[in-house]
Amino acid sequence: MAIRVQREDFDVGRELDALSVGNRRVGGLCSFVGLVRDMNEVAGAKSGVEAMTLEHYPGMTEKQLEEIEAEAHRRWPLEASLIIHRYGRMEPGERIVLVATASPHREAAFEACHFLIDWLKTKAPFWKVEETDDGAARWVEARDSDDAAAARWAEKAGGSL
Amino acid sequence: MKLLYFAWLRQKIGVGEEAVEPPPEIADVRGLVEWLKGRGDGYAQAFRDLDSIKLAVNQEYAGLDHPIKAGDEVAFFPPVTGG
Repeated sequence: MAIRVQREDFDVGRELDALSVGNRRVGGLCSFVGLVRDMNEVAGAKSGVEAMTLEHYPGMTEKQLEEIEAEAHRRWPLEASLIIHRYGRMEPGERIVLVATASPHREAAFEACHFLIDWLKTKAPFWKVEETDDGAARWVEARDSDDAAAARWAEKAGGSL
Repeated sequence: MKLLYFAWLRQKIGVGEEAVEPPPEIADVRGLVEWLKGRGDGYAQAFRDLDSIKLAVNQEYAGLDHPIKAGDEVAFFPPVTGG
């Protein structure tokens, strides 16, 4: 189990390799990488995103990520997991977040990975402000669809494995 | 008591962090917010719609009825948008 909150980029391949090295019980790795995209839709209108800056609540962020990760390990038989979340200014195409899980079986790895990113999005105290191509800065608003995605996991008593 | 503000709350209030000593009769976050609203326009604007604000006491999510005491760390922020 590991979490990292950092300004720097990360190397996905190297991080995934490190997750299973020396552990022969691992039969599958799953990962999700979130990127800055160059378009956002606000009230039906599309605007170009030049960059975004992520801020967070140092201390609480780490606590929340650790709790979310521990919950995933309670629900699924994971051999290892990793959450890396960046903060600071990023441009379209840059990586923001990496969530990865390792398990003897793929179902647990897939489900736990999905769970981690869904819960992270609604619980970890990060906020994004976008710079748009019309020169404005706009705080990104939370989406109901993210709350719904996280709520799905609340209804499940545990993983299927 | 240490107060923290994030995202647009910080911008409206003008500071990200401050130390305050609310009157002793203030026992919960709701009372703290009402007291803060009297400190200036920025606070009044930031706390105008409490339904749009989340908060944490000592780095754990909490509600407006959560009790507070001297030495607590209370943070106010919009719904989170990480990931």
